[in-house]
Amino acid sequence: MYMFKYVSKRLGLMLFTFFIIFTMCFVLIKLLPIPTNALPGQDPEIVMKTLEGRGWITNIREGENGVWYYDRVPIFIQFGTYIKRIVTQGDFGIVTTYGEYLNMNIWQVFVSHLPPTILINIYSTLIGVPIGLGLGILAALKKNKWQDQVINIFIILLISVPSIVLALMIQYVFCFKLGWFPLTMSTSDEYFTWEVFRSMLPAVFALCLGSIAGYARYTRAELSEVLTGEFMLLARTKGLTKKQAILHHAMRNSMVVIFPSILSEFISVLSGSLIIEKMFGINGVGGLYLNSITFQDYDFFMLLSGFYTLVSLTAGIVIDISYGFIDPRIRMGAK
Amino acid sequence: MDINNIPAEKFQFATRTDLYHDSKFETKPVSYFQGAFRRFCKNKGAVVGGVVITILVLFAIIAPFFTPFQPVYYDMVYAYVTPKAKLFANSNIDFWDGCRVKNTSKVGYLKDLALAKETGREVIKNGEYTISEDGSNYTYRYDTYYGVGFGKYKIISPEEFNDIQRYQNETGRQVLYPVVKFSDRPTLEKNKYDANIYYKVENPNVSTLRPKLDKNGDIIPNYWTYEEGDFSGLMAEYNSLRIEGENGFEKDGKQHYYVYGRKVDGGIEVRAEYYEYYIYQHNEVLKDGIKEPLFLFGTTQTGKDIFACLAYGARFSFIFATVVAIANFIVGVIWGSISGYFGGKIDLFMERIAEILGAIPTIIVITLLKYHMGTASQVLVLFIAFFLTGWIGMAGRTRMQFYRFKNQEYVLAARTLGARDARIMFKHIFPNGLGTIVTSFALVIPGMIYSETSFTYLGIINLEAGNITSVGTLIAAGQQSIMANAGYVAFFPCMFLVLMMLSFNLFGNGLRDAFNPSLRGTED
Repeated sequence: MYMFKYVSKRLGLMLFTFFIIFTMCFVLIKLLPIPTNALPGQDPEIVMKTLEGRGWITNIREGENGVWYYDRVPIFIQFGTYIKRIVTQGDFGIVTTYGEYLNMNIWQVFVSHLPPTILINIYSTLIGVPIGLGLGILAALKKNKWQDQVINIFIILLISVPSIVLALMIQYVFCFKLGWFPLTMSTSDEYFTWEVFRSMLPAVFALCLGSIAGYARYTRAELSEVLTGEFMLLARTKGLTKKQAILHHAMRNSMVVIFPSILSEFISVLSGSLIIEKMFGINGVGGLYLNSITFQDYDFFMLLSGFYTLVSLTAGIVIDISYGFIDPRIRMGAK
Repeated sequence: MDINNIPAEKFQFATRTDLYHDSKFETKPVSYFQGAFRRFCKNKGAVVGGVVITILVLFAIIAPFFTPFQPVYYDMVYAYVTPKAKLFANSNIDFWDGCRVKNTSKVGYLKDLALAKETGREVIKNGEYTISEDGSNYTYRYDTYYGVGFGKYKIISPEEFNDIQRYQNETGRQVLYPVVKFSDRPTLEKNKYDANIYYKVENPNVSTLRPKLDKNGDIIPNYWTYEEGDFSGLMAEYNSLRIEGENGFEKDGKQHYYVYGRKVDGGIEVRAEYYEYYIYQHNEVLKDGIKEPLFLFGTTQTGKDIFACLAYGARFSFIFATVVAIANFIVGVIWGSISGYFGGKIDLFMERIAEILGAIPTIIVITLLKYHMGTASQVLVLFIAFFLTGWIGMAGRTRMQFYRFKNQEYVLAARTLGARDARIMFKHIFPNGLGTIVTSFALVIPGMIYSETSFTYLGIINLEAGNITSVGTLIAAGQQSIMANAGYVAFFPCMFLVLMMLSFNLFGNGLRDAFNPSLRGTED
């Protein structure tokens, strides 16, 4: 019962934060001049009518020389219409200025770009987590021996070399010099063919190197602290082998801290990395976001901003909540 | 020594004069900061990091004064010119000499050879080349500076034509070379204005021009010549250095001359060797301090000097990060100390505000600011965006320190003695937390530079408008250059970024260990 209360309180706070950010974003966007210029090949009347239909402007009338006049709808009424449409119809608006997807449903465009982003991040998590944990465990078990020092240098290098440089190096060496992979990701829709998978690999490597270093460092620190605990000595004196003691006692205890961060990484696979997506030409949400910024497609920007905010907020509270579920001490102690 | 048999004479009564109850310490007292400095110096990695940071900062401060180039400078003719240092250019070491390895067909080789022959420059380094076994592939070190050659035919004004002649006469440097008669040139549009083709070709109508060779395998020049006294109105008057000597050449018993300029609409069409023309242009006309084309780190796709861009970009990054960090520091410390010292409802309220602000992704803040403030004030946009969310971390750390110290006895004592809140906060508590707070200050700077780099790389922020540039912009340019096999464009900015991040990490960790000996070895 306590956990339920705790979780709902955290969820409520999160939604509150999200709502405030979303509203601020909306108001700031709506304070900008409305882009009413018709693109080449577009009928200005249709543009105006579309904006009126969406509830952003009202009372449109044509003046001389094809200039259109209109009145702006108060922002909070706009907000009401916007929220109502999202809640009742799941309608986030249509693309107005982003040329490539003009007049398409924003939500559908967004959903169609999710798979590459998610896939790349899932692959990178699947590769990164076991290697990172393995290296961390090895370093902790061999603390202060040469294995530990080698892993440590590796970790420091990977953490200090920015991902932008790392990705560029991977692209230059593996894609350009050696020619093992294509320079950018294939744009094909069939994500589970070998060709597409191969073209994803450099981006996956670039992404997972950072998380490998993070996990290895974290695991090493946690595990080496747990290993010095007195209960480990007790476990050994009871007659457990070293392997049993480490697997059943040390690992489980260190996982209390590591597991939530793995969980939150799985949440944030949705958002991915803008830099990696741009560098390897991945046709995912990141590129969509950057383009919606350049084209000033405000409805698109709203949806994607909300999405990114929500993902990062969720990843944050998942860590907090999962502590309670994983660690009985926290659960019991809180009562 | 044998403990059982200690000789009796070793035992002596201590006289009264031997007794010192409270002697002064012989050693000097060591303050907290002295101790921290001593501990810091023992950490080799941190000291090395500090030295590297100093070098990078010095580079950012000094280098802009030593290069005549500016971030706004560009020269499309010298695009993708490789790095060249004076020290290596004249030596025989194949490194940093402005050359690159060129793999080409025989035609490509002959073209470069022809250029080298006419201008007397080492287009092919040392004239050395290797041929593949089937004889189709030539490999040699190709000088990217001289290899530009003449570029396109250039149309200049008559005044400039005269001025170049004056310059040639004064300095003895050959800028202008004989032109080819318009009707003798290759027919395709792209080759017609290519001033590097001064020789006869086998078939002037095709795209790939194969030079015609004489019996000795030499190139046959195709210059426009005129007999003495047969000067046509199309030719421009020329009284300056001539390539074959001052007096023309003899042919069929008559004196012939080459034509150095063709009169066209809007001026005179000339073949100017770009290397010399560049020197003339910058020393005589523009007078912008550029002595010769020499790009220490090479140039980008658009012919920007990488060294200047990197130096100015680094300078901007350091100044920007420091200013933002100081602003964040001030606000964060004040916010965190109020929140931490008073606690309770105030703390809860302030924490909520910080939490909401901190949850907004920076990219959203930057984009919204950019929309509202326009593209003219990108630096300000960046500053506000980093400032808006940047102080939260600092405030959190200060708050922690205040929570740690505010209930200690000495604070209670100060309060009992009647000290006011402000005095307790900044005289009693804050100095104790200073070590931790200063350390985080050092760790914030590389993070700031890195996010600035990321945003400029993504193109959300473009600083190029106002004679500044950023390392991120350079890296983006470098990534595009990968396809052109110009890895050096990305190399130098990446190197800068890596060195900076690495040394700041080492330095920051050293500082943390020095200020908090109890935390030594723990992560984060």
